[in-house]
Amino acid sequence: MSCDDKVDCGRRRLLVATAAAGGVAGVAVAVPFVSSMLPSERAKAAGAPVEVDISKLAPGQMMTVEWRGKPVWIISRTKEQLDTLAKVADKLADPKSEKNMQPEYAKNETRSIKPEILVAVGICTHLGCSPTEKFKTGAESGIDADWAGGFFCPCHGSTFDLAGRVYKSKPAPDNLEIPPHMYLGDAKLVIGEDKKA
Amino acid sequence: MSKVNALLQGTLNWVDERFPLTSNWKAHLAEYYAPKNFNFWYFFGSLAMLVLVIQIVTGILLTMHFKPDASLNASGVPVAFASVEYIMRDVPWGWLIRYMHSTGASAFFLVVYLHMFRGMLYGSYRKPRELIWIFGMIIFLCLMAEAFFGYLLPWGQMSFWGAQVIVNLFSAIPLIGPDLSLWLRGDYVVGDATLNRFFAFHVIAVPMVLLGLVAAHIIALHEVGSNNPDGVEIKKKKDAKGIPLDGIPFHPYYSVKDIVGVVVFLMVFSVIVFFMPEFGGYFLEYNNFFPADPLVTPPHIAPVWYFTPYYSILRAVTYPLFGIDAKFWGVVAMGASTLIIALLPWLDRSPVKSIRYRGPLYKGFLTAFIISFFILGYLGMLGPTPMRTIVAQICSVIYFAFFLLMPIYSSLDKCQPEPDRVTSK
Amino acid sequence: MKNFLAAILCAPVLAFASGATLHLDRAPDKANDMAALQNGAKIFVNYCLNCHSASYMRYNRLKDIGLSDTQVKDNLLFTAEKVGEPMKIAMQRADAKVWFGAAPPDLTVIARARASEFGSGADWLYTYLRTFYRDESRPTGWNNVAFENVGMPHVLWELQGDQVMGADHKLTLVKPGKLKPQEFDAVVGDLVAYLKYMGEPVAEFRKQLGVIVLIFLAVFFVFAYALKREYWKDIH
Repeated sequence: MSCDDKVDCGRRRLLVATAAAGGVAGVAVAVPFVSSMLPSERAKAAGAPVEVDISKLAPGQMMTVEWRGKPVWIISRTKEQLDTLAKVADKLADPKSEKNMQPEYAKNETRSIKPEILVAVGICTHLGCSPTEKFKTGAESGIDADWAGGFFCPCHGSTFDLAGRVYKSKPAPDNLEIPPHMYLGDAKLVIGEDKKA
Repeated sequence: MSKVNALLQGTLNWVDERFPLTSNWKAHLAEYYAPKNFNFWYFFGSLAMLVLVIQIVTGILLTMHFKPDASLNASGVPVAFASVEYIMRDVPWGWLIRYMHSTGASAFFLVVYLHMFRGMLYGSYRKPRELIWIFGMIIFLCLMAEAFFGYLLPWGQMSFWGAQVIVNLFSAIPLIGPDLSLWLRGDYVVGDATLNRFFAFHVIAVPMVLLGLVAAHIIALHEVGSNNPDGVEIKKKKDAKGIPLDGIPFHPYYSVKDIVGVVVFLMVFSVIVFFMPEFGGYFLEYNNFFPADPLVTPPHIAPVWYFTPYYSILRAVTYPLFGIDAKFWGVVAMGASTLIIALLPWLDRSPVKSIRYRGPLYKGFLTAFIISFFILGYLGMLGPTPMRTIVAQICSVIYFAFFLLMPIYSSLDKCQPEPDRVTSK
Repeated sequence: MKNFLAAILCAPVLAFASGATLHLDRAPDKANDMAALQNGAKIFVNYCLNCHSASYMRYNRLKDIGLSDTQVKDNLLFTAEKVGEPMKIAMQRADAKVWFGAAPPDLTVIARARASEFGSGADWLYTYLRTFYRDESRPTGWNNVAFENVGMPHVLWELQGDQVMGADHKLTLVKPGKLKPQEFDAVVGDLVAYLKYMGEPVAEFRKQLGVIVLIFLAVFFVFAYALKREYWKDIH
C-alpha cells in the first residue's frame, strides 16, 4: 500500500504498529490458552512407557498390559503358529506390512523383534473395538474350517492372523498397530519407548 | 485491489440484507456520539467488559479441568481441592489461567467499584439514566453472587467456612430461615451437594443472567447517551445534521483511547498475576491452601476484601429490635446497604448532576461516605473487638445517612450553575 | 460532625491495637540455590515423606531444581515406581489416624498455607522445625513454640539434639545432636526452601515471564498512546 495525499501516513504507521502489537498480544495469550487443552502431566505420566516381565509367558500364551489406556498384547507364538504366518499370506490385505503400522524394526515376516514374541496394540483398526483371541484352529474356533488361529473382532467381524495382519475383504483397513518397544534383557520388555532416539 | 474491495462490499451487502450489521456498527460505535470530555474515570466501563471477557474465557478453560467433588481422594485430599492443584501443576499453563481468573475476580470488583464511584461523582444515575443505574446495580448483585459461588469451588478452609457463614445468614430470616438455608445447602452442612450446585450457579446460571444484564445496560446507555464529567446533556445542542456539538464518534476516538486504558490496566493486572498472585493474602487467602475441614474453623475468618464493608455492617448490628434478635437485623442491614445504592436516582434532589457544580454539603457527605466505606472494609478483615464494633457502628450510620439524608442535603446544598456546554478541564 | 470525622480518622489506629503476636525467624532465601533445593528434596524424601504425602507433586517435576529423571530414580524414588508419579505414601490414612491421633497432612502446599500476617509460610516452617522442645506432659514427649501442642514428634531430633524451654520462655540446647546449631539451621533452611519451591514449582518461571510480559506491554503502551494522540489532535 502506498501513501498518497488522501492517506495520513503517520496515522497509518501507528495504526499498523498498534494493530501488530495487539496481534502479538492476542497470539501470546492464545498459545497458553490453547495448549492448556493438551495432555497434562498426569496424562503423560499415565501414558509413560510400561516395563513388563515376560519370563513367565509360556509359548502359545498371551498376556495383556495397559499402555496409554489401551490394551497391548504380548503373545509368545509356538513354532507351529509361526509356520501358519506364511501359509495365510495370500488371504491377507497387506501381508508384507507395507503400510506404516509398525516401527521399522518390526517390519518383517513375524512383525516382531524376537520372532516368537509379538507385541501389538489390541485395538481393531476399523472402529476401535478390542478383538478377542481365537488361537484354536479349524472349525473348533467357530470362525471357519481352515482358520489358522488369530484374532476376531466382535464388533464388525474383522479377522487378524497371529502377526496381527488383517484378512482381505474385512471392514478393518489396516494391520494391528505395533507399538514402539524394546528389550532391556531377555525377559524384560519396555512398551512405549525404543532406542531410536 | 478494487476486485477485493468489490467482493468485500458485496459480502457486506449480502449480510446487511439479512442482518443489521452495518446499522448496528454505526449505532453503537462509528456513529454513537459520546461527549468529548470523558476523563480518567470513564475507562472503567470498558475495563469491566474486558475483565468480564477474561473471566469467561479463563473460566471456560478452568471448567475443563476442575472437578466439583468434595469426596476425599486416596491421599485424603478433597477431589475439588486436588483438582485446583492439578490445574496449577499438571495442566499446561494451568497456573496462568488460574491466576488470571483469581486475580480477575478481584479486578472485576475494583473496576466495578470505580465505575460506580464515577456514576456518583458525576450524577450518571440521574434522569434519564435511572434504568442504566438499576441494570448496573443488578449486575453488581449478580457479580457478588458469582464471586460468592465461585469462592467455594477451590474447597479450601476459607471457601468452606465463608460459605457456611453466608448460607447461615439466611437462617436469620424469621419462620422460613432455617429451612431456606437447608435448601440452599442441600445438606446439613456445606457439603458435596452444596459444592456441586454452587458450581452450576457459578458456571452457567449467573453468567447467563450477567451477560443479559450487561447487554441491557449498554442498550439502555446507547438509547439515552452517555453522561459526562460536567453532567450536562450534549443532546441539547446539536448541529444542522442533528449531531451533538460536543459529541464525537465513539469509534475511532474512544476506541483508540480505551486501548490505552486497556494496556495500562493489563500492566497492573500482569504485575499481580506474575509477581504477587496472592496479593498478600487478599486475592488468594493463605488459609485457603488448607483443604476444607468441617471439624476445624480457622482462627481468623474474614470474607474476601470486596465483601468486607457489608460484612462489617452485618457485625455492627448488635441490638435486638421489635423482639427479633440482632442477627436478623444485621442481615437486614447488610442487605439494605447493597440495595440502597439502587435508590440513588430518586434520593438525589440536587439541581445539578456533576460534583463539579455541587455545593459543600454534598461534597462533605460523599467524603464521609467514602471514608466510612474504606474503614468498614478494613474492619471487616479484622476480628471484632468492642472498640472496633463501635467504630463500625459509627461508620454504618454514616453509610446509611449518606443515602437517607440525601433528599434533604442535596436540595439544600448551594450549587454553582451548570455550563451550557461541556468544558475541557 | 467534627467529632465523627475525628473518630473515623483515628479508627484504624485504635482498631488495630490488639491480638497475640507470633515471632517468626526469617527463613533464608534459597529459591535459586539449586544445591540447597536438591539437598532439601533429599531431606524431605528421607524424613518427611514417610508419614506426609505430597500428592500433587510429581517426582519428575524435580527437573525444575536440576534433578534429571535418572537422578530422581536412583536417589529419591522410594514411594513410587515411575518418575511421573506423585509423591504419595504407603501409610493408610485410617492407620495413621490410629497411630498419631490425626492423619498427617499433605505437605505439597504447606508453605503457602502457613503464611500469615506474622511472616511468610517459609518463615513459619523455618521457625517451627527449629523450635521443638522436650515436654514430658505431651504424649510424644515433644512440644513446639510455633505450633503449640503439636501432634508430630521432633523428626529431626537426631540432627538437632534436645532443647528445653526455660522459665524465661527461651529454648536452650541441653543435649547436642549430630549437627552443630548453625549446620542444623542450614539444613532446615534447605528443607524449607524445598517446601517453598514445592508449594509453587512454577514461581520462578512465573516471575521471569512476568518481566517479558511487562516489557512487551510497555512497548504496546507507547504505540497505543501515540495512536491516541494522533487521533485526538483533531478534537478541540
